[in-house]
Amino acid sequence: MAIGLKLRLPIELKIEKRLQVSSRLRIGISLASLGLALALSSLIFALGGLSPLAVYGTTFSWIFGTSAGLSFLIVKGIPLLLCAVGLVVAFRAQVWNIGAEGQLLLGAVASAGLALFVMPSAPAPILIPLMFISGFLAGAGWALIPAILKAKLKVNEVITTLMMNYIASKLVEYLIYGPWRGKTTWGFPYTDLIPPNAVLPTVPGTSIHWPTLILALASTIIVFMLMERTSLGYEVKVFGDNPDLARAAGIRPSKIIILTMLISGGLAGLAGVGELAGRHRMLRNPLHISAGYGFTAIIVAWLARLNPLACVLTSLFMGSLLVAGCVMKSSMGVSEASVNIFNGLILACIAAGEVMLRYKVRLSFSWRGRRRGVGNGPGRAHAPRGH
Amino acid sequence: MGARGEAPRSREPLVRMVGITKRFPGVIANDKVDFELMPGEVHALLGENGAGKTTLMNILYGLYRPDEGQIFIGGREVEIRSPRDAMRLGIGMVHQHFKLVSTLTVAENIALSLEGTGLILPARRVRARILEVAQHYGLEVDPDARIWQLSVGERQRVEILKLLIRNAKVLILDEPTTVLAPREREELFKVLRKLAYEGRGIVFITHKLEEVFRVADRVTVLRKGRVVASGLPVRSTTPSELAKLMIGRELKPRLVKKPARLGEPVLEVEDLSVLDDRGLLAVKGVSFNVRRGEILGIAGVAGNGQRELVEAIIGLRKPRSGRIRIDGHDVTGKAPADVLKLGVAYIPEDRARYGIAPDLSVAENLILKLYKVPPFKKGFFLDEEYILSWSRKVVSDFGIVTPNVRAPAGSLSGGNIQRLILARELSTRPKLIVASHPTFGLDVAATEQIRLLLIEQRERGAGVLLVSEDLSEIMELSDRIAVMHEGQIVGLLSPSEADVEKIGLMMSGKLKEVDG
Repeated sequence: MAIGLKLRLPIELKIEKRLQVSSRLRIGISLASLGLALALSSLIFALGGLSPLAVYGTTFSWIFGTSAGLSFLIVKGIPLLLCAVGLVVAFRAQVWNIGAEGQLLLGAVASAGLALFVMPSAPAPILIPLMFISGFLAGAGWALIPAILKAKLKVNEVITTLMMNYIASKLVEYLIYGPWRGKTTWGFPYTDLIPPNAVLPTVPGTSIHWPTLILALASTIIVFMLMERTSLGYEVKVFGDNPDLARAAGIRPSKIIILTMLISGGLAGLAGVGELAGRHRMLRNPLHISAGYGFTAIIVAWLARLNPLACVLTSLFMGSLLVAGCVMKSSMGVSEASVNIFNGLILACIAAGEVMLRYKVRLSFSWRGRRRGVGNGPGRAHAPRGH
Repeated sequence: MGARGEAPRSREPLVRMVGITKRFPGVIANDKVDFELMPGEVHALLGENGAGKTTLMNILYGLYRPDEGQIFIGGREVEIRSPRDAMRLGIGMVHQHFKLVSTLTVAENIALSLEGTGLILPARRVRARILEVAQHYGLEVDPDARIWQLSVGERQRVEILKLLIRNAKVLILDEPTTVLAPREREELFKVLRKLAYEGRGIVFITHKLEEVFRVADRVTVLRKGRVVASGLPVRSTTPSELAKLMIGRELKPRLVKKPARLGEPVLEVEDLSVLDDRGLLAVKGVSFNVRRGEILGIAGVAGNGQRELVEAIIGLRKPRSGRIRIDGHDVTGKAPADVLKLGVAYIPEDRARYGIAPDLSVAENLILKLYKVPPFKKGFFLDEEYILSWSRKVVSDFGIVTPNVRAPAGSLSGGNIQRLILARELSTRPKLIVASHPTFGLDVAATEQIRLLLIEQRERGAGVLLVSEDLSEIMELSDRIAVMHEGQIVGLLSPSEADVEKIGLMMSGKLKEVDG
């Protein structure tokens, strides 16, 4: 019977599962993790020879204190919200659509094709709705391929949706270097500008393309109603929580997989239309069209705990991080790498905060343990007799 | 056996728990519970599911901290803050779900549980000790076998060996017989008696009355978190007294069934063959039918094709050959959706897998079969108010214990999950009910209620296919009994001509008799 000698630290760490989480605790922990992230990032900025306070002050006051800042924030938030709300539907069904990025690009391609080649002279009230519809269908169609592969052949959708992103990206590159390269772009790899009647109107004095904003907010409400008030949403939730039960209850897995993928792909496609017709006004390098919205939206959806309404807040939050990065780079001379570290620290701290929400961490000091606890003494004193 | 009470006893209790209170959100799991364990005794901790037995022992084992109360080990007050503390005090626990690493060997698992076995080849050092202890107690197990290769009974032996090699003085076993075959159960009881004879204390958590009388010296009964009988000597009590203490009322003597009013056949199975997961023939050309107003019981040792048979009927598994007709419609090879549409209710064997959606609310789980039809659905939308008020009514009708209908279904106890499943499955007034092991692992009150519900359905005119390993359940409920052995029906009997011995012989394949 070997009872090894163990080194005991003066402090004991104990982790317990929390059974209930109050909203005060939730807010407190969120603020604390944000604070911690800012404090840690300060070190990075200080190492780079910048005053952290100046960086935060300038960034914060520009984003939230100027109309340009606020409008930029909302512009960044629009595609994030559309993609994230769509992902909520898929993720609730435990269908892991990692392909919003590609679905967004396909939305941009379809609407660009429509505006440039199919009906360039149609009046705006007809052309713009058709562009959104074509974008939705293209995004949904792009998502349909992995959806069918999963539903019929059980191909893992994480891999297929991820890989479809690269195909979408290369498709855009092929179009802008090849058949769709503009006649007025001096050989640069863009398409021509879309006709003015295809350009989305903006809120005066800002770059907020309001039709997409309204679509995004409407989609949020529709998805919320769909998930909480309709039988389809109910089926999605049952399937996501227990696919075996859903199957035994007569819910067809292929129907859920395909429908949720169509919805999430379609909403990402709408985001692509907004980016194309509201901001870039031409099809150009995929990195410019999307800037990773489809991936960032995964984080947006998770931070919102897959609640579509909460996605409004979390997409603005992630939007503000993206804008903050731009501001830091352009007006404070913060390096790209430091901005990435800053973003990474914030997300890492929030993720760590999630753990703190679910678990209670207690520190106890061993002097207490020696006095009342079992320490080394009592256990030995009552070590059982051998047989 | 007969060693009971002859073991040497000292005055000093091994464990004394005084005034233990533990609250969880919404419930008091233990309310001022006192418990005492003497050396040399098997002390049964009896109570229904959710009575607080496991919570109390988890406190003793350091998994939970009590909100109030004191624990004395060998007369000295202690604070047990983790299982490590408990082990140092000589307390060990075998949980309902074993804590073993399935890819490691027995010796490696045991070495893992010990402190100070050293970094290099620890398994080799404990190997000899395992063999010695195993032989001494008759807990034979190959130290070099990997856990995944072992049967459940053997895994349990490994768990007990883990405690014995650590020389635990107090052994807590949480419902250890649930997973065991009858023979393994007898062997376990022998080991427990031997351990007690050596002066160890054994806490035996159970909700089965007969086991108390088979193995325990004293019994403490918990009901709804309170002690209703403390350290009662088993010799001075009776099963009916304990049952009354445990459920708070008299048990109904025996289920009374009206004679069957047989109707049309609702399920017809014809020459059905089904493959199992490994691609072997599990059901071999089985034919039978179930008529409205009767319960057909399928008896058999688990693993003789019952699961595959049921899954084929429900549409979860495609049959290889043969025909299945429900209410006259051919459903062979159809999807579950098509089968269930015909008015079939399914009470699954694997409640965790097919039973509930654990993260969804009780109400959401209850409407699973009704959400598509009015008044649950109005036009395009679900009528949430109606769903909630209907769910509240169902919860009270079926006696489902839950804080409210919005609580996640996964937070309910086993008996209440099964009540929820039945409430949901019977909500559509099905024509055919396929019930697999419907009372497995449930406490007395829940078992009684569920059997009554099945009889009620039969009297309403539904056909019931009841698959169970519990012979007394089969004999009590069935109008006809089919015995399955190695994928075939080896006997079809009426309860009047059936006795346990005959069915037992058929279940083991030693007797065949097919007439119906």
